[in-house]
Amino acid sequence: MAYLELNNIYKSYNQADGETEVLSNINLKIEEGEFVAIVGFTGSGKTTLVNLINGLIKPTSGEVLFKGVPVDGTSHERGVIFQNYSLLPWLTVGQNVFMAVKEAFPDKNKKELQEIVANYVEMVSLTPAINKRPNELSGGMRQRVAVARALAMKPEMIIMDEPLGALDALTRGNLQDEILNIWGKDKRTALLITNDVDEGIYMADRIIPLRPGPNATLGPEFKIDLERPRDKTEMNDNPNFKKTRNEIIEYLMDIGNERKSEAKEPYILPELEPKDFVNQFKFGR
Amino acid sequence: MSASLTLNKVTNFLGLRIFSTLKDLFTGKLEKEEFKNFLRKTIVPLASILLFIGLWHLGAKSLYNTEATFKIEKALQDQGLEAANALEACIASGESSCQPNTLPSPSQVWESFQSLLRDHNIISADKAAFIEKTAAMNEKRIAAGKDAIVYTGRPSFVDQIFKSLQTVFAGFLLALLIAVPLGIFIGLSPTLKSAFNWFIQIFKPVSPVVWYLLVFMIVKTLLIGSSEDSSFTISFISVGLCSMWATLVNTAMGVSSVDKDYINVAKVLKLGTFQKIFKVVLPSSLPLIFTGLKITLSVAWMVLIAIELLAQSPGLGLFVWEEFQNGANDSNAKIIVAMFVIGIIGFLLDRLMLMIQNWVSFDKQDAI
Repeated sequence: MAYLELNNIYKSYNQADGETEVLSNINLKIEEGEFVAIVGFTGSGKTTLVNLINGLIKPTSGEVLFKGVPVDGTSHERGVIFQNYSLLPWLTVGQNVFMAVKEAFPDKNKKELQEIVANYVEMVSLTPAINKRPNELSGGMRQRVAVARALAMKPEMIIMDEPLGALDALTRGNLQDEILNIWGKDKRTALLITNDVDEGIYMADRIIPLRPGPNATLGPEFKIDLERPRDKTEMNDNPNFKKTRNEIIEYLMDIGNERKSEAKEPYILPELEPKDFVNQFKFGR
Repeated sequence: MSASLTLNKVTNFLGLRIFSTLKDLFTGKLEKEEFKNFLRKTIVPLASILLFIGLWHLGAKSLYNTEATFKIEKALQDQGLEAANALEACIASGESSCQPNTLPSPSQVWESFQSLLRDHNIISADKAAFIEKTAAMNEKRIAAGKDAIVYTGRPSFVDQIFKSLQTVFAGFLLALLIAVPLGIFIGLSPTLKSAFNWFIQIFKPVSPVVWYLLVFMIVKTLLIGSSEDSSFTISFISVGLCSMWATLVNTAMGVSSVDKDYINVAKVLKLGTFQKIFKVVLPSSLPLIFTGLKITLSVAWMVLIAIELLAQSPGLGLFVWEEFQNGANDSNAKIIVAMFVIGIIGFLLDRLMLMIQNWVSFDKQDAI
C-alpha cells in the first residue's frame, strides 16, 4: 500500500457556462519518505491537484487515499506551503507560526509552544525578524516564514504548491537547499509542484509531468538517479542529469506542440482592404 | 526632539500639518524646495479662509441693506413718512429692537460666540455655588433616604454640546453593538444574508424623522407609567437606528469577502469556528468595518440635530431650534455659531475614528 494514493481522479467545476473539466484520470502513488515533483505548465491544474491532496476540495469522482484512508478535509498530517505564502498580514512572523503550532499541539503549554516557534523560525534564519509583520519582509523571507509555519506543525507529509515560483533565481536556490536540508533530516514524504524542470530534478526522486488541461492528466514518470546530497554545479556535468533533463524537456515540448496543433480551426480573416488615406484628401486634382 | 516628534504625530493625526510646517518655518528648518509646499499647505488654506470670511461679510451686508430698505419702505406705506424716518434713524443707531433680521455678519457671529461663552461662565459659576450651598443639605437628605436636590437651571451652550456628544456616543454605541455582530453573522452565512437583505435594502434609505417617530411610538408605550423623561432614550435610539446601516453593510461585505487564501490557511491549520472568526475573518475585515463605523459616526452626528429638535431632547439641535423660535436679535448669529461648532465637532469625530482605525488596523492608512 502506498503512502499517498490517487485513484482515477476526475475533477470538474460547475460554472455558469457549463462544466469545466480540470483534471481527469489522475493516478499517482507516492511511497513513504519519497520526494516527488510534479512539473507542469501554468494553468494546467496544478493547484487543483494540490488542493485535492491536502483536502481543501473534493474530487468529482475517484479517491485520494492517505495511508490507506480516504482524505476528508484538511489534516495536520499534511502540511501545505502555498504558492502565495498566505501569511496573515496582521500577525507577526512569530504569531503566524505560533497560531499553527498551537492548533497542531493543543496539549502543550504556551512556553513549550513558543520554544517550538523559536526553533523553526531559527531554522529558516529569521530570528531577527520574528517580531516583524509580513509586509516588512522580502518575498524570500515571507516564503521562509511559510516554510517554518508548515514544518513547525511536524506534518508527516509536506505539500508544496510552487513554493518558490515568485522568487528570484538566487533566493530560489538558497531556499531549495534549505527545504532539502530540512527534508533530509527526518525524511518526511514530500510532494513538490513546480514549473521549473531543473528545480524538480535537483530536489526530487521522481518527476511526473502534468499534461496541460482541460482534462489534465499525469504523464509518464521520470526517475532521477542522482546521489544525494546533490551539487548544482557538478550536476550540470553529470551525463545522467543531462539525459533526464533532455528527456523531460523534450516530453514537455512535445506536449506543447501537440497543444498548438490541437487548435485546428483556422481563423478566417475578414476581407478588408486598407483605405487609401493618401488620395482621399486630394480634392480638386 | 521628542517633543517635536509628538507635535508632528498629533498634527498628522488631526490632518493639520500646517502647524508643524509653521513651526519648521520659525525654527529655520524649512528647505528651499519645501517652501513651495509650505505655500500650498499654509498660505492657500489661510487665504481661502480669509476669502470666505470676506465674501460672507459682503453678502451679509448686502442682505442687511436689502432687508433694511424693505422695512423702511413698508413703514412708509403703512405708517407714513414720519414713522419711516424714525425707523431709518433707529436702524442707523444700531438699536437692537429694530435691526433687520437676516444673515448675521462674521463679526456678529464672533460676538455671539463670546457672549455664549460668557453665559456659560455665569451659569457654571451659578451651578457651582448651588452645589456648594446644597452640599450639606443633600448629605442629610441622602442619609435620611431622600433624593438629593439637583440643579435644574437653564443649561449653557457648552452643556448642550456635551449633552449632544453624549447622545451621539450612546447612539453610536448602540449602532456598533447591533450592526457589527449582525453584520458578521450576515457576512458568514448566505442564508442569513438572503433573510436580511430585503430588510436592509428597505430600511436603509428611511429618513431620520421617520425613525424618530417609530422609536417614539415604541418607547412611549414601553415606558408607560414611568415618570422619567424619555426624550434622551428616544433620541439616542433613533440616532443609533438611523446611522447603523453603513456599519451593517460594510461589516457584512468585509466578512463575506475575506481573501480566499486566508480562509484556506484557516482550513489547513484546522482553526475552530471561533478562532477562525476572531483570528482570521475579523482582522481581515477590520478596514471595511472601520470605514462603516466612520460613516456611521458622521451620519449619527448629522441626524442628531434633527432628532434632538423633534424629540425636544436637550442638545445642540434643540439649541438651534429654540434660537430660531426665540427670534431675538442675536438668535441668527447664535444659530451660525452652532453651525460652526457642529461642523468642527463632526470633523474632530472623524479624525478620532481615523486615529482609532490606524491604531487597531494592520492596514495602515494615511490620513485622508
